[in-house]
Amino acid sequence: MSLLSVENLQIRFRTGDGLVHAVNDVSFDIAEGQKLALVGESGSGKSQIALAIMGLLAKNAEVAGKVRFDGRDLLSLPASQLNALRAAQIALIFQDPMSSLNPYMTIERQLGEVVELHEGASRAEARKRALEVMEAVRIPDARNRLRAYPHEFSGGMRQRIVIAMALICRPRLILADEPTTALDVTVQAQIMALLDEIQRDLGTAVLLITHDLGVVAGFCDDTMVLYGGRVMEAAPTPAIFDAPGHPYTRGLLRAVPRITDGDVTLSAIPGSPPNQTAAPRACPFAPRCVDAIPACHEMLPDFREGRACIRPVEELT
Amino acid sequence: MFNYTLRRLLTVIPTLLVLIVFSFYLMRLAPGGPFTSEKPLPPAVMQNVLERYGMDQPLYVQLWTYIKNIVFHFDFGPSFAQKDRTVNDVIAQGFPVTLTYGFWSAVFVLVLGIPLGIVAALRHNSIWDYTMTGLAIFSQIFPNFVLAPILVLLFTLSWGLLPGGGWNGGQWEYIVMPAIALGTSYMAGVARLTRGSMLEVLNAPFILTARAKGLPERVIIWRHALKPALLPTLTYMGPVFVYMITGSVFIDVFFSTGGIGQDFIDGAYSRDYSMLLGLAILYSLLTFALNLMLDLLYAWIDPKVRSSL
Amino acid sequence: MTDARKRLNSRDFADTVAEEMIVSRSFWADARRRFLGHRLAVFSVFMLLALVLFALFGHAFARWSFEEIDWNVLGRIKTEGAPSLDNGHWFGVDELGRDLYARVVQGTRTSLMVGFVAGPLAVLLGATLGALAGYFGGRLDQIITGFYTIWISIPYIIFFVVWQAFFGRSLTQMIIVIIIVNWTAGLLIVRGQVMMLKHREFVDAARMLGMSDLAIIFKHLAPNILWVIVIYTSIVIPEVIMAESLVSFLGVGIQEPNTSWGALISEGARTMTFGTLWQLAFPAAFFVIAQVSLYYIGDGLRDALDPKDRR
Repeated sequence: MSLLSVENLQIRFRTGDGLVHAVNDVSFDIAEGQKLALVGESGSGKSQIALAIMGLLAKNAEVAGKVRFDGRDLLSLPASQLNALRAAQIALIFQDPMSSLNPYMTIERQLGEVVELHEGASRAEARKRALEVMEAVRIPDARNRLRAYPHEFSGGMRQRIVIAMALICRPRLILADEPTTALDVTVQAQIMALLDEIQRDLGTAVLLITHDLGVVAGFCDDTMVLYGGRVMEAAPTPAIFDAPGHPYTRGLLRAVPRITDGDVTLSAIPGSPPNQTAAPRACPFAPRCVDAIPACHEMLPDFREGRACIRPVEELT
Repeated sequence: MFNYTLRRLLTVIPTLLVLIVFSFYLMRLAPGGPFTSEKPLPPAVMQNVLERYGMDQPLYVQLWTYIKNIVFHFDFGPSFAQKDRTVNDVIAQGFPVTLTYGFWSAVFVLVLGIPLGIVAALRHNSIWDYTMTGLAIFSQIFPNFVLAPILVLLFTLSWGLLPGGGWNGGQWEYIVMPAIALGTSYMAGVARLTRGSMLEVLNAPFILTARAKGLPERVIIWRHALKPALLPTLTYMGPVFVYMITGSVFIDVFFSTGGIGQDFIDGAYSRDYSMLLGLAILYSLLTFALNLMLDLLYAWIDPKVRSSL
Repeated sequence: MTDARKRLNSRDFADTVAEEMIVSRSFWADARRRFLGHRLAVFSVFMLLALVLFALFGHAFARWSFEEIDWNVLGRIKTEGAPSLDNGHWFGVDELGRDLYARVVQGTRTSLMVGFVAGPLAVLLGATLGALAGYFGGRLDQIITGFYTIWISIPYIIFFVVWQAFFGRSLTQMIIVIIIVNWTAGLLIVRGQVMMLKHREFVDAARMLGMSDLAIIFKHLAPNILWVIVIYTSIVIPEVIMAESLVSFLGVGIQEPNTSWGALISEGARTMTFGTLWQLAFPAAFFVIAQVSLYYIGDGLRDALDPKDRR
C-alpha cells in the first residue's frame, strides 16, 4: 500500500479576476521510502499541491479530490488531527530559508518546540534533540549555536536548519518545496547531498518539488512533469531523461544548458505559462507546443501510459 | 547594551542645550517682560526687581548662571510671576499629577489598542474588523480638544457620573476622563497599526512554517506572531508619547487638574521666563526618557537590533 | 558617432530619460484615474470645496458682522441666542452676543488659510532640506539629520506656546510659527527618495552634461519625488489645522476678535454648562467635517500615488 495517495486533486482559488484553476486532476502515489519529483515552471501549481497535502492552502482556495496518507483522508481530517500529523508524520521544507525561520526566536526554541509539541518532550530533552539534529545536518559548533537567531547564520546554514526542523520528529514523508532554489550553486549541491544521505539513513519518503530538472536527475526515483496545473508526463526518472514522451518535457530538457562539441546549447520554450482563469478545454501546452496539431487546441488529452499527449511518441520532434 | 544606553544619555545634552539656548534668547529678545505692566514701575523699583532676579546682567551671563544652577543644584530658579514659588515647587506639585493620568492614559492606549488590533486582524474582513477600523478612523480624527468637551457633556452634565474637572488627590473618578480624552485617538492609532502589522505578519512565510509544524493557532499567535506584530506599534509609540505630552497641556488646562500644563500656559501669558524654560526642559526630559525606554524595549524584543547595539 | 554624442549631450535627451524613469506621462494620468475611482475621496474633495466656498463667500449670507454685538439678545443668550431664522443668527450667537454664523465663517477662513498656506510651505521647506541632505550627503546630511532628530524629540507645544506668547498672535505669526515648528515635515522621506534616485542613469546623464547640482535637484529629481511631497502635504495639512486649533483652544492662538475653529470650540466648551450647546456644536461640526474630508482625500492620494499601496 502506498504511503501517500493523491487522487484527482483539484485546487481552485477565488480571486478578484475570477476562479483560478491552479491544479487540475492530479493523481500520484508515493510508497514508503520512495522519492518522487514534481517538476514544473513557476505557476504550474506544484507548490500548491504540497500545501494542499499539509492542509495549509490559503483561505480562498477550494480543494476537491482525495489525499490519503496512511489510509486517512487528509482533506476531511479535523484541524486537531491534522496538526498531530504535521511535522510528526509529514514535514514540509520551504523554499526560502531567509524568511521561513522566525527571526525573533532562537534556533533551539524553533527546533525544540516541534518535539515538545508532538512527543511531549521536556525543555531539556527538546534541547538535546535539537542539538542532535543540528549535528546531523552538520552545523558546525552546533552546541554553541543553539541560542543563536536565524540572522546569525548564512543562507546555506539556515536551509540546513530548516531541514533539521523537518527531520526532528523523523517523519515518514518530507515535502521539499524548491529546497535549493534560493541558494548558491555550490551550496545547492551540498544541500541535495545532505538530503540524499538523510533520506537513505532514515528511509523517509520524499516529494521533491522543483523547476530544475538538474536537481531531479541524481536524486529521485520517479518524476512527474506538471504544466498549467496538469500532469503532462510521469515516469521513472531515467526514462524521463532518456526518452521523454511529452513535447513539454522535451522542451524542459532542452532548456537545461548542456555543452555539446564546445557549444553551449540552450533553447527556451517560447511563450509564457497559460492563463488559468478558465477551466481548461484543450491541452494547456498546445499554444507553446512545436508539435501541436489542430486537434490539440480542441480537446483535453487523456493521461494514458504515463503521458498526456494525443500525438504518438514517434511523431514528436 | 550598556554602552548604547550611555551613548543615548549623552545625546540628551546637546538636545537640551539647543532647547535652552534657543528658548532663552527667543524669550529675552522679544519685546516686553514679566515686569512690564499697564502702569510702568518707577525706574528705581524696576532696577531693584531686575537685580533681585539677576536680570541686570548681560544675557549670556544670565544664561550661564541658569545652566549652572540646574546642573549643580538642580535649581530651576524662582518663578517670575508666581510670588514665593520656585519652579521646583511648581514641578513638585504639578508633575506627579500630569504623570499619573498620563501613565493611566498610556495604559489605556496600549491595553485597549493592542488587543483590539489583534482581534480585528484575526477576524479579518468580518463585521468586527470593519467596525473596529471604522471607529478607529473616526476617533483618530477626533482630537482631544473636541473629545474632552463631549465627554464632559455626557458624563458630567448629562449623566452626572464623573466630575468634570479637578483632581482631588488623584481619586480614580478624577483620572478617568483626562486619561480617556488624552488617549483615545492614539488608542485608535495603535489598534489600526497593530491590526495592519498583525495581518502582515500572519502572511509571513515563517508563520506558514509554524503552521506546518502542527502548532495550534493560539500558540502560533502568542509565540510566533505577537512579537513581530508589536514592533511597529512600539516604534509608533515614540511620536505618540510626544503627542500625548502636547495633549497633556490641553488636558491640564481643560480639566483643571493642577498639572504642570496650566502653569506652562500661565507662564506664557505672564512671560514667566524661568517657569517656561524649566517646564520646557522637564517636558523634553520626559520625552527623552520615554523614547529611550522604547528603544531599549525594542532592542530587547528584536535580536537583530540587540546584536547591533 | 558624432551624431550620437550630440544627441546624448543634448538637454532634451537628459530630460527624456528623466521623464522615462519614474514619472512617465501616464503616471499622473493613472493616478488621477485611481483617485477618481476612490469614491469617498472624490466626495471629500467636494466637501472641502464647499468649505472653501463657505469661507470665501459665507459672509455674503450673514446678516451680522463677526465682531458686532447684538444688544437685543445679550444677557438672554440662553433663551434668545439660539440658532434662529427670524433674527438672522443662523447659528445663534456666542457668549458675547456676536453672530456665530459670521464667526464660523471667519474661523473657517483662518483655519483653512493656516492649513493650506503653512502646511504646504512647511513641507516644501522640509522637502528642500531633505533633498539637499540626501543629494549631498556627508557633513551637510549629518547636520540636517542631527537637527531633525533633536527637533522631533521636543514636543512642539513647547515651542509653539513660547513663540506665540512672546511674538503676538496674528495670522502671519501663526503661519510663520507653524512653518518653523513643522520644518521637519517630509524631510526624511524625501531624503530617502533622493538618496535612492541620485544613482540612477538620468542623474548621471545630467551631471555629464555639466548641469549644476541644484539644477539637477530641482529639474530632474523634483518631478520624480513630487508624488511623495503630494502625499506628505495631504497628511500635514490636517495636522497643521489641528495644531492651530489646539493652541487657539489654549488661548495662545489667533487674537480676538479674529477667531479660528479651535478658538470657537474652546468658547463653546467653556459655555456648554450654561446650555448653549450650539456654540460648541457648529464649530466642532465644521472642524470634524474638514478633518474627515482631508483624511479621505489623503487616503485617496496614497492609494493613487504610492506604489506600495497600489493593488
